[in-house]
Amino acid sequence: MYENPDGVMIGLEVHVQLNKLRTKVFCGCTTDYHNDPPNSHVCPVCLGLPGSLPVINKKAVEAAIKVGLALNCTIEEHTQFYRKNYYYPDLPKGFQITQYDFPISSGGYITIEGEDGEHRVGITRAHMEEDPGRLVHEGTIDKSKYTLIDYNRSGMALLEVVSDPDMRSPKEARRYLDKLRNILEYLDIFDGDLEGALRVDANISIMGGQRAEIKNISSHKGAERALLFEIVRQKNVLRRGGVVVQETRHFDEAREITLSMRSKEEAHDYRYFPEPDLVPLKISGWAPAIKAILPELPDARRLRFVEQYGITDDHAKALTSERKFAIFYEDVAKKVDPKMAAVWVCDVLKGELNYRDLPVEAFNKEHMLSVIYLLMNKKITEDGAVDIIRTLLDKGGTPDEVVKEKGLLKVEDDIVSTAAEEAIKENLQAVADYRAGKEKALNSLVGAVMKKTKGRADARTAREILLDKLG
Amino acid sequence: MASINELTERIHADSSEEIVAEYLERITNSRLNAFITVSKESALLQAQEIDAKGHDGPLAGIPIAIKDNISTKGIMTTCASKILTGYIPPYDAHVIEKLKNAGAIIIGKTNMDEFAMGSSTETSFYGPTLNAWDMTRVPGGSSGGSAAAVAGGEAPLSLGSDTGGSVRCPASFCGVVGLKPTYGVISRYGLISYANSLEQIGPFASSVRDVATLFDVIAGHDPRDSTSVKREGNYSPALENDVNGLKIGIPEEYFGEGIDRNVEKSVRDAINTLEELGATSMEVKMPHTKYALSAYYIIAMSEASSNLARFDGMRYGLRTEDHDWHTTFSHVRADGFGDEVKRRILLGTYALSAGYLDKYYLKALKIRTLIKQDFERAFKDADVLIAPTMPYPAFKIGEKIDDPISLYLADVETVPINLAGVPSISLPCGFSGSLPIGMQVIGKHFDEAAILRTAYTFEENTDFHKEGS
Repeated sequence: MYENPDGVMIGLEVHVQLNKLRTKVFCGCTTDYHNDPPNSHVCPVCLGLPGSLPVINKKAVEAAIKVGLALNCTIEEHTQFYRKNYYYPDLPKGFQITQYDFPISSGGYITIEGEDGEHRVGITRAHMEEDPGRLVHEGTIDKSKYTLIDYNRSGMALLEVVSDPDMRSPKEARRYLDKLRNILEYLDIFDGDLEGALRVDANISIMGGQRAEIKNISSHKGAERALLFEIVRQKNVLRRGGVVVQETRHFDEAREITLSMRSKEEAHDYRYFPEPDLVPLKISGWAPAIKAILPELPDARRLRFVEQYGITDDHAKALTSERKFAIFYEDVAKKVDPKMAAVWVCDVLKGELNYRDLPVEAFNKEHMLSVIYLLMNKKITEDGAVDIIRTLLDKGGTPDEVVKEKGLLKVEDDIVSTAAEEAIKENLQAVADYRAGKEKALNSLVGAVMKKTKGRADARTAREILLDKLG
Repeated sequence: MASINELTERIHADSSEEIVAEYLERITNSRLNAFITVSKESALLQAQEIDAKGHDGPLAGIPIAIKDNISTKGIMTTCASKILTGYIPPYDAHVIEKLKNAGAIIIGKTNMDEFAMGSSTETSFYGPTLNAWDMTRVPGGSSGGSAAAVAGGEAPLSLGSDTGGSVRCPASFCGVVGLKPTYGVISRYGLISYANSLEQIGPFASSVRDVATLFDVIAGHDPRDSTSVKREGNYSPALENDVNGLKIGIPEEYFGEGIDRNVEKSVRDAINTLEELGATSMEVKMPHTKYALSAYYIIAMSEASSNLARFDGMRYGLRTEDHDWHTTFSHVRADGFGDEVKRRILLGTYALSAGYLDKYYLKALKIRTLIKQDFERAFKDADVLIAPTMPYPAFKIGEKIDDPISLYLADVETVPINLAGVPSISLPCGFSGSLPIGMQVIGKHFDEAAILRTAYTFEENTDFHKEGS
């Protein structure tokens, strides 16, 4: 049982860009703008030109329903769009089309690895809205002489996933974000690596006090840092006898601190009212068909991996915590010993990738298979295999090339055997010590064998042969 | 005034270019101020092209005037507001695409009340339009320029938009025919929104037949407007000179206090005429009519306050000196919007505010439902309803402009139709002195055929529409 000494309550509002859809949420503009010039993926609708009208992208609604189902939510009978009225230069219509009453889905949960084991975080609602444009400043926001606006992002489909205030530490918040991102990637509606794909607003209170809302968090790590800072700040306020006020704070990512925004922000009255240009959508009928084709989600895959491949739950958990990794593993496991694949993909490759901050795409699946084949056929040593993986990541090439270049092919057993005989003859003192019961003396004999074979012998094999010969 | 058929014959005999040039000349020589922009060059060019290549569209070579709140690619579109000064849309409204496909030639953009907010065309940044029957009087509004252009012979056809009577009111004041279709029959794509849930684009012409022909061209489903219905326009065949057995409902609430006696008499005479032609009439009760005006203005202003938020000078239109963004926005909007627009934005913003939404906007939506039910009940017995379009004939320029409430009251006969979303056509049915009087024939949802047939039969058997200037 986690005691939560500071009475931390954290709720997250996550804006997820449905960036794998082909078109924007209310117009036909394409979404693959990330490498294109500003304002090149725009039309009268997403520029909010006078007289233009929105039309709902059905695929976006389907994706939103998918998420709702994956988050164990209830899908509404009817869903309705609303206008949220406020002025901002990135908002070309002077209002944002979003949802208010009748969101797509509500009342679900996500299970995370909590402070005290499995922990359930409630999902209040998940609703659709449109992304505004993007403001671009020369240098920093406060020093720039002008602001440029790129409307390529304007009208991208967003899903706002609002959690209950169920997280009790910044670590739990980070795990929630990891899990949410993972689920979204399993649903194949979202690429978390694209700029602006996932944006977080965090609400946090301690000791039952007022909550602060922290805006402008753009990474999972940022969320954890912002919340850690905020806990310290709120504790300091209380310790000095002050009161934490309800306010909106801005996360300064570079300095890793939160700063109070103008209190004007709080006074907003968004004047929500139903969007007259979009008729209410009856979606209750859509859910069963979407549920039927819902892909396997991380928790289910984890169980299946344990069952189907006989690997440990720890391996299964690590392998399924990222969709691309799970696919990589499964492709390898189907062709070789799945347990061996788990060790090499999860323990070795994942560690090496993390160390280099590289995605799984940086390593060729066929190369992984080659390395495992070489091991299974006892052509290389385990140390040699690690060496190949590291070399491939750092310098490229193929496993065969690395083996040849570095001379990693394991020497044959009879060569080891000859070397062992020579080593016994040349190190009589060590032999005597070993026979006298000094087990460690064997290590110097193994060392001698390795020296004679220029390190290409497998240390374990050398040891076995030595023991055999020493009788 | 020349009909589409007459013009088509002349185009075949002479040329479209000649016809277009004639209309352009009449516009140039006119004092009505019906147009904000005259697209002389592109119109003549288009006419020459049609003359050279031929065109088999139903409106081939025929000029048309377009209300300045409908987006026209390459032609300035201002909504008669300073804030849209210089805005040249990069795209055509759905109706403009359809008109171009039908061979129609856009000769210009017509004057209107700023952002369609008014019933007199006096709130235009470009000055008032005059009534062709009496130049000291208003042409009605908000589509005053479009009605005046047809009445003054400056265009044989025109398009307006009707949010609370903005096609029917000027049709009535100018002695022409104007149709407000069922909500959803004509795509609003490209119509600059004033109050989205209420408005429809509507055709003007000097006869019911020409209105029907134009309506056929512009009606039809458009996937770019989610409120557009899946129906194609084919209404001209409904034009039969026959009202035998037609059941006319007379909503007594529309003949109550404040209705000019000449107007009431003309409309009742018109009903008698139709009865002589074989129709029957009955009284119907529309008990919620008295709440319509308040509900209408709350809904329209609320939607407007949001619709007009996009005009901030950032991307198009008026731009003042740049400061920080909120100061710039405020300056542009303070300078760019006229008083009536500001009044409606303020009232609409208030009605949608936290704590007032239930009291005003949501209550207005409930009244809207009740008014819809009034119509549904009335149409159980009646095929069409007939009522005055406006309570009185055209009033003097300046007479009501400083008294917004009295100006809002002028819409009492027209706004319930928009709240219910049903179709209504206004056509000339008499005179008060030298000023035309209009009556409206109101139909069931999507039953434009019945009101067109009623209007056509009346027109065929009377001469009011011919007594033009």
